[in-house]
Amino acid sequence: MRRAKESEHKAEGPSVAASVIPTPTSDALSPVLDIRGLSISYRALDGDVHAVEGVDLAFPRGGIVGLAGESGSGKSTLAYGAVRLLRPPAVITAGSVTYRGRRVGLEGVSVLDQTHAQLRSLRWREIAIVFQSAMNALNPVLRVEDQLFDVIEAHLPMSGDERRERAGSLLDFVGIDRGRLRSYPHELSGGMRQRVMIAMALAVDPEIVIMDEPTTALDVVVQREILSQIVELKERLGFSILFITHDLSLLLEIADRIAVMYAGRLVEEGSAKEIHYQPAHPYTRGLLNSFPSLRGPRRELAGIPGSPPDLRNLPPGCPFVPRCAFATDACKHIDMRLAPVGGSKDPSHVSACPFVLPDAPAPQDAETVRSPR
Amino acid sequence: MAVLTLPAEIPRARRRLFGRSLPLKAKIGVVIIAIFIFLAIFGPYLAPFDPSAINPAQDIPLAPNTVHLLGTTTFGQDVLSQLLVGIRATVLIGLTTGVIATFLSVVIGVSAGFLGGFADELLSLLSNSFLVLPALPLLVVILGYLPQSGNLVTAFVLSSLGWPWGARVIRAQTMSLRARDYIGSSRETGERTWRIIFFEILPNEVSLIAASFVGTVLYAVLTSVALTFLGLGDLTSWSLGSMLYWVQNQNALILGAWWWFLPPGLCVAVLGMGLVLLNFGLDELGNPRLRNVGQQRKIGGQSWRPADPTPVLRDGQGDSRQLVTAPAPSLAATEGDGRRREPDAAFLTNPESTRGGGRP
Amino acid sequence: MSGDVRSAAESHGPLVLEAIGIHKDFRLGSGLRSPVLSAVRDVSFGLYRSGVVALVGESGSGKSTVARLLSGQERMTRGEIRLDGKTVHLQHRRQFRAYKHEVQMIFQDPFASLNPVHTVRYHLERPLRLHHVAKGRAAIASELVRVISEVQLTPPEQFLAKYPHELSGGQRQRVAIARALAARPRVLLADEPISMLDVSIRLEILRLLDDLRQELDLAILYITHDIASARYFADETLVMYAGDIVERGPSEEVTQHPAHPYTQLLVASAPDPDALGTSLRTGSKVVAGQAGSAISGVVGCRFSPRCPFAEERCRREAPVPVAIDEQRAAACWRLDVAAPLLVRDGAGTGDPSRRGKGAP
Repeated sequence: MRRAKESEHKAEGPSVAASVIPTPTSDALSPVLDIRGLSISYRALDGDVHAVEGVDLAFPRGGIVGLAGESGSGKSTLAYGAVRLLRPPAVITAGSVTYRGRRVGLEGVSVLDQTHAQLRSLRWREIAIVFQSAMNALNPVLRVEDQLFDVIEAHLPMSGDERRERAGSLLDFVGIDRGRLRSYPHELSGGMRQRVMIAMALAVDPEIVIMDEPTTALDVVVQREILSQIVELKERLGFSILFITHDLSLLLEIADRIAVMYAGRLVEEGSAKEIHYQPAHPYTRGLLNSFPSLRGPRRELAGIPGSPPDLRNLPPGCPFVPRCAFATDACKHIDMRLAPVGGSKDPSHVSACPFVLPDAPAPQDAETVRSPR
Repeated sequence: MAVLTLPAEIPRARRRLFGRSLPLKAKIGVVIIAIFIFLAIFGPYLAPFDPSAINPAQDIPLAPNTVHLLGTTTFGQDVLSQLLVGIRATVLIGLTTGVIATFLSVVIGVSAGFLGGFADELLSLLSNSFLVLPALPLLVVILGYLPQSGNLVTAFVLSSLGWPWGARVIRAQTMSLRARDYIGSSRETGERTWRIIFFEILPNEVSLIAASFVGTVLYAVLTSVALTFLGLGDLTSWSLGSMLYWVQNQNALILGAWWWFLPPGLCVAVLGMGLVLLNFGLDELGNPRLRNVGQQRKIGGQSWRPADPTPVLRDGQGDSRQLVTAPAPSLAATEGDGRRREPDAAFLTNPESTRGGGRP
Repeated sequence: MSGDVRSAAESHGPLVLEAIGIHKDFRLGSGLRSPVLSAVRDVSFGLYRSGVVALVGESGSGKSTVARLLSGQERMTRGEIRLDGKTVHLQHRRQFRAYKHEVQMIFQDPFASLNPVHTVRYHLERPLRLHHVAKGRAAIASELVRVISEVQLTPPEQFLAKYPHELSGGQRQRVAIARALAARPRVLLADEPISMLDVSIRLEILRLLDDLRQELDLAILYITHDIASARYFADETLVMYAGDIVERGPSEEVTQHPAHPYTQLLVASAPDPDALGTSLRTGSKVVAGQAGSAISGVVGCRFSPRCPFAEERCRREAPVPVAIDEQRAAACWRLDVAAPLLVRDGAGTGDPSRRGKGAP
């Protein structure tokens, strides 16, 4: 059901809410982006570094998938690699990435088999990215409007007036005064710059927006504003979001589904509720315990002992073993396959750890940080 | 108490900051320069004849033969001997100028950069004034004016005009280093200013100073050869420049005496090239991102340009050894540091391509 | 403000370091008429032995400037710092060095605060020598081992030989802490010590600081933008906005029952997993707007542009701190509306005659 290319030349404006919700002609259940067994390595003379190993991830339409992990987890590599934005020496060594956007049809498009020219039409129009630091992603010598025009022009030919109107309405979307079109990036605050990035990402009405730590560099107050703006836009325009962050507590609030990565592998995946109340994998549990809570009683907090993994020297079996309070010898031989969590009512809640159940108490000799006060 | 163990053995290539292997360019440059330094030291002892010894019976240059391996000049002087002696003089001028000018530029540059304020204004004014002076014409005038223009004098004069560029660059780097946290930490520890300059700042500028030194030597070699060729340097001693002066003076080109003008010319060119290569190599050492910018890489038997999408090579296609690039660049995602960082921008394809190619 | 309320950290020990009305202006641009940025305005508080005081604020609030003022790296525009009750003068190097023996700062970025050309041993040895903590090779060697074991980096010998780029972020931060402690200070100023570390290792570092506080009776100033960590780590929390301290009190109370509208905003903005997205999904917006301007010339409360309770008086007149109870105070004219449960007895109306005296 591939629409002719001509239809893409219609100036499709950011549609009003009602007409954008996926129509019944596309199967609402099939994921809009389907990643299967993706592996990405960085080639080096002294040995390859396996940044991502065999990751399966599916993106439901109009939902928010959160990807949580720390340094060395491979979360950014996964996201950029899935749209083939990584430069050599990064290579994709296995897997498939299938995109089934509205404009592309149900059979989907295999991202990994596209040529450069084909990818160009895929990128931004279908899959857009909000980069981590707007300070680095916005051109400091161009005005905001020029950068927006640039994006629009590259994908949707339209007249100068239409473009201007479009740019203006994009800024309206993200809550910036239209007068700011003539500003340079350095004249805007950090929060506003990030909003401009979001406006650019939405410029040509993508299906999927990948957001790589969009609010990390911002104050917590501004962060909340921007996040609610993002959610509102998502509801209105109907795109899916891949939200990458180290801040798991944020994901618990905003995401529908959460995937946790460690040392390039997916260690747990499930709905936000499951992850919050029934975390299964020891890493997820440790991570949840690393956020001092502001509300509620003061709990005993435990960080995770040890250091983040060195991808060049991973132990056999589960990479989390050196830091895991539940580790046993058997852990060295597991194959990190994701399996449904025992004792969970939700079959889509999977974990790579076959031994630890959500309710398992922490072992006696676990390292816990006593709450300083 | 938690016991933190060391991460597993770090590959040798990364263990020492300065033990990184030089790029190929730099290695070639080093070899060339080493040869010239060897010749500078031992050349005069290896020279078969006295370079100034004239053969009164001769009045045309002789082509190379078994006695004179590089032939003779118009006056019967052995070209090879002149070369071997001349290299020493040229190299010495280069090195002397390099040392003096680099010393000046470091002192002035670091003082201006670190002290800031009025001292900076004054020293910058000084450097900029010198920088604006046209070097070659000024040198011509000065050398023409001086009663004697020995090689040492030439070196001094060259130094006096060769330091400002390096001073500016070092000043800029010093200013940037001054703002780094580890300098602030040194102050926190209570270090004195002079110690901070010598032990905290200067060690971080070593590659810059080395590159500046090499650049200055290059400038000195080329300029001294040019000046002597014009007849303004020391013509009483043998140097590559003075050889070329006599070449021009005796019309060796017209006579077709290639054995006379080619060797000194080639030596200057090769020495210059060696210095340039070393300089490029040192630059790359200091800034790894300069390596292979825009170059193609080979992966999986094909070439890949930076703007290309990530290659897909399944089932072990494409050998690591086919990579043209050198040891692994810094991988933000894989260093295992306890820090969240954005992915190293070097690994993202040109952002232009994410917007479908952007403007032409 | 410190005269009116007692610090929650007081119970741990005597007053060590006191900031009295410290004020820092930065001139933007040159010239007499250029606008002045008041980064820190009349800030007063105390640090007590074995107690932790947190300074919470967003970027631009002036919290890092406070740290730099207290550590002597910046000069105050006006105000006073007292150590053990005696005014501190830092004009001369000897005074500064002596002060550094008492008050040390830890920097935020573990990747920038260590000089890449020096080993860990060098970094730790300098303060030992400078502050005469140990003399002679044997004493220094044993002191080095002790200092590095204190921050739980074992085996000591191996860590001492490492360069910064061979360590992870958490390890580097431990080295930074060890370096600060090598001077044997009594006060530690920690400027966002964990915000650049991976989430899972942050609490370990906080625990280390807490252990050290107990072992060495350190007075700690903990600067952060994360009010949740202040709740756990600090006895007293001070909230800063655009250069002013807008609220102070015991950490638990300030975070659980915030009085000042800005504190309330901060607490409401922090992620709340138990809400599981309800507030974000229903789009219930938190009041925001542009961050407050710290440029002088702005009269009235700097938070008023964003404050839901602001009225005319707030825009005209800068609020003065008002005591809420023995250990809490907030600078707001509208406390009776913003935090009605806390300010019975007319304490929030700014009327001194009615402060904390019970119903009239």
